[in-house]
Amino acid sequence: MDDILEILEKDARLSAQEIAKMTRKKPEEVKKIIDKYEKEGIILKYKAVINRELVRHKDEEVRAIIEVNLTPQKDVGFDKIAERIYSFPEVYACYLVSGTYDLLVFVRGKDLHSVARFVSEKLSPMENVKGVVTHFLLKKYKEDGVILKQRQEDKRIAISY
Amino acid sequence: MKQFIAQKVLNMKPSGIRQFFDLVLGMKDVISLGVGEPDFVTPWQIREAGITSLEQGYTSYTSNKGLLKLRMAIHQYLKKQYGLNYSTEDEILVTVGVSEAVDLALRAIVEPSDKIIVPSPSYVSYGPMTELAGGIPVYVDTRKDKFKLTADNLKRHLDAKTKAIIFNYPANPTGVSYTKKELEQLAEVIIKHKILVLSDEIYGDLTYDFAHTPFATIKGMQKYTIYLNGFSKSYAMTGWRVGYACGPGQIIHAMTKIHQYTIMCVSITSQMAACEALHSGSSSVEEMKREYRRRREFIVSELNRIGLDCHLPQGAFYAFPSIKITGLDCLEFSKKLLKEEKVAVVPGTAFGEELTDYIRISYASSFDKLKEAVTRMERFVKRHSKT
Repeated sequence: MDDILEILEKDARLSAQEIAKMTRKKPEEVKKIIDKYEKEGIILKYKAVINRELVRHKDEEVRAIIEVNLTPQKDVGFDKIAERIYSFPEVYACYLVSGTYDLLVFVRGKDLHSVARFVSEKLSPMENVKGVVTHFLLKKYKEDGVILKQRQEDKRIAISY
Repeated sequence: MKQFIAQKVLNMKPSGIRQFFDLVLGMKDVISLGVGEPDFVTPWQIREAGITSLEQGYTSYTSNKGLLKLRMAIHQYLKKQYGLNYSTEDEILVTVGVSEAVDLALRAIVEPSDKIIVPSPSYVSYGPMTELAGGIPVYVDTRKDKFKLTADNLKRHLDAKTKAIIFNYPANPTGVSYTKKELEQLAEVIIKHKILVLSDEIYGDLTYDFAHTPFATIKGMQKYTIYLNGFSKSYAMTGWRVGYACGPGQIIHAMTKIHQYTIMCVSITSQMAACEALHSGSSSVEEMKREYRRRREFIVSELNRIGLDCHLPQGAFYAFPSIKITGLDCLEFSKKLLKEEKVAVVPGTAFGEELTDYIRISYASSFDKLKEAVTRMERFVKRHSKT
């Protein structure tokens, strides 16, 4: 992967100027490359990785992973029905997978009840949905390559040869 | 109690730097650019191999030379990476870090009053270890040649008592490294005078601008070279303490004799983990290397911008800027910087007494910390600049 993409994927807050210093390029050049990536949709958006385990708010949410079995449709396969499913705002990730089921759908809601309602009232009754298995998420350990623990302290001694 | 202490230990330099180190260790919230080890932890698959070996009950001694499977892995790595050929049986010895390998090599070759060439700046242990082995370190000032030993400079310091050269590249503390051509020029002098090279290449995997060339690969040099390497820096395994020495069978045999009486063998857990490092660690090395390289570009351009002249280091994770602009001596500079801005660096004189105008900066720190450290140092330099 391109150096600039790798840098931004690790820390999206870095400025073009800082990235320029790291890559021995001119800041304008870096800016141009980033603009291009944004235009082409290679960089879609910038966001923070939040450790929700530590966020104890009233707006706490419930997440579930749902295995969905589908009947594929003529000509369009799974794409059309997948689109109907992933377009719901409750769905924050959706994958077509090989194996005993077809779609793996990640949903979130403000409580157990709202997720259950989504499954029973919206997802299950759909015409091409043959069956669903819902797993409620109990604890997150790692997400997007980030281990969700409080920052580890530097264990090295402060000065050494 | 002093009367009980051996004279050659008394003669070892007590350092003003030790006091400075204690000062750093006693302070809180310091950004330390004084750390001589990676800021990464050992890649998980390597740690996991260590844990598994314990679960399986690998808790015994190993062969003095080191586990056969580790020596075989080292053999294969050197062959594949550099085309070097060392016999698993006679020419490879696994040691407690490169530090032990340096000590063994010196003790195995030095006769009383033999001279050992030490290009300065040098890693801190080369001189004292030479003296402990009964030899005389001959420090060679390399400031005029951008901290590189040249063939001419080497020639000027050779005499009939010269036994060997000891140096490292990429270098701690300067980060300079040598191209194949530069090594060939040195090799010509070395072969002509029939002296040994103790070539500490612990940072060899962390070379950024050209491929690393082991000294032993230079034509005619393998029989004059003791190749020293280890796992600490490239695999972020400093605490495991595993290094190795490769060289002519008779020299490795001599080193093994000392090693078997003093150390017996390296911890088996560490050796098992080291096997895994050679087996599967290369992609982790590449990833860390890319990260170091970016930090290098950043820190060197920033140091030059704030007035601390600094050449571009070609390897390792150190920069060695001049602090001349402040008019301060390096120890004074380091103490003041610590007290006023809470940034720790290592004074240049730790690496050679003539290096009063330099400090060593380690960029094995997260980018956020480097950025903050630069901001603080810029403030400091402005305040203390003579002009």
